[in-house]
Amino acid sequence: MRKTFINTLVELAESDRRIVLLTGDLGYTVIEPFAEKFPDRFFNVGVAEQNMVGLATGLAEAGFIPFLYSIATFAVLRPYEFIRNGAILHQFPVRILGIGGGFEYGHAGTTHHALEDVGVMRIQPGITTIVPADYQQARSALLQTWDLPEPIYFRLGKDDINTIAGLNGNFVLGQTQLIGEGTDFLFITMGNITREVSQAMETLQDEGISSQVMIVSSFNPSPVEDLVKILPRFKVAIAVEEHYITGGLGSFVAEVIAEEKLNCRLLRCGIKNKPTSISGNRNYLLSLHRLSVEYLVQSAKIALQKR
Amino acid sequence: MNGNAIAKIILEQSKRAHVGHIGSALSIADLVAVLYGNILNIPSPDDGDRDRFILSKGHAVLAIYAALFLKGWISEEQLNTYCANGSLLGVHPEHELTGIDFSTGSLGQGLSLGVGAALAAKLDNSSRRIFVLISDAECNEGSLWEAIMFAAHHKLSNLIAIIDLNGQQAIGYTQDVLNLSPMRDRWQAMGWNVKEINGHDRAEIVQTINNLETTSGKPHVIIAKTIFGKGVSYMENQIKWHYFPMSDAEYQQALNEIATSVS
Repeated sequence: MRKTFINTLVELAESDRRIVLLTGDLGYTVIEPFAEKFPDRFFNVGVAEQNMVGLATGLAEAGFIPFLYSIATFAVLRPYEFIRNGAILHQFPVRILGIGGGFEYGHAGTTHHALEDVGVMRIQPGITTIVPADYQQARSALLQTWDLPEPIYFRLGKDDINTIAGLNGNFVLGQTQLIGEGTDFLFITMGNITREVSQAMETLQDEGISSQVMIVSSFNPSPVEDLVKILPRFKVAIAVEEHYITGGLGSFVAEVIAEEKLNCRLLRCGIKNKPTSISGNRNYLLSLHRLSVEYLVQSAKIALQKR
Repeated sequence: MNGNAIAKIILEQSKRAHVGHIGSALSIADLVAVLYGNILNIPSPDDGDRDRFILSKGHAVLAIYAALFLKGWISEEQLNTYCANGSLLGVHPEHELTGIDFSTGSLGQGLSLGVGAALAAKLDNSSRRIFVLISDAECNEGSLWEAIMFAAHHKLSNLIAIIDLNGQQAIGYTQDVLNLSPMRDRWQAMGWNVKEINGHDRAEIVQTINNLETTSGKPHVIIAKTIFGKGVSYMENQIKWHYFPMSDAEYQQALNEIATSVS
């Protein structure tokens, strides 16, 4: 996603000099296409995320559209108050690119795992959060939103190869995308783990359990109407996110179900435990937190038994 | 515009609204009077190529409201809404008010905003300058030093930071809380052009700023030695006037002292 995103940004920057790219000293082998093409609009600000966000606010006040690149934890959590008091409070078009949400930085450890970024951004009504499911959707999302006047947070994975079958890069701000035609239950997911969820859907299909995958790609605007329309068709919905179970996608779905009095049972799959020092790659950590394909299949079966 | 006119409005509005932060605002009254009266190039507050001004020590914004009023950019009626419900004139500046470039209030963020604004001016090939007024206590914030390093590295000589060096912070004196001296050496070591002045001396403020070379080289910092609560004897250098509102008797005395002092 991240390479596709930067390459798409290069295309946009060719025709709009307001686009500038800042990095907090990260993005080796990713940001070079922009840095080489627009050296006067590329700034490595150093390992200083607070200043990066603050100065982006100053740039945006003068009409620029700054894109800020860092690992999701450093892009969001370290400078969170700068984002709040800067781009959000002033409603400036600052774009924060948080790379590698969830366990994408596997072995790098807990400091590099963004498990609350969507939650802390979603609770700010003044910033749009976009969580593409694959690189094609990331490109569509950027092409549709790059010059919106408000700030945007993009949670971008590192996978620039795999795509979600049936998604075809479709993206509409504030709406969901549906995959599959099953009726037994509904998966609701976002971001990079959509791949595991769609694999779980296929495995279940082979075992005679049919489902659909609803992909949520944006908050603020959030796809409330789509949930209201589609959730009542199912008795069980399973929200899956590579994120803490509180504050993110599952919480959002629960809010909609409660407020709209929807008749659908919700199961939330996400990270439920406090942080540990255990190391591992993404697949290992997904298994550890019961989010791998096998566990998702198992969770679905249990949920269907309970309904 | 002179500091006494600003100080008088600070006292009137603080008394009317029954709020504090009086000492912090009086500390910068002379600096603000010179900036808005003699320095800032702002043909109109919505001119895209105007000089930018950021009050990083946002809690002293009453001094700025006074200047905006004296410039004629906000009305007396607006000024009199200071701290009223529904007003744009709160205890910290909000960008939706005419004449305020950036909202502030959380210390240590204003210089980063200024660095971005200065970089934008450079990218625009504009000669506009960026002024950021910060407090000495604000230099406790680590983020400020990130901005300091960036500005020097990128040679943002269109950026002028002014430190209101009054030696006080919210609940103590800077030398007791987190010693900041020697301030000059710290900024100089970071690659800035440093000037030290008396922050209440009109002529010195004007001359120092007018002599800055703002097209190439180093960013500038003016360390302005000031007196917290300047002009009101019982407030000067007293911690409690960071927070307290005035009684009727204190208000009268303060007005009398400001009226008879020379600015």
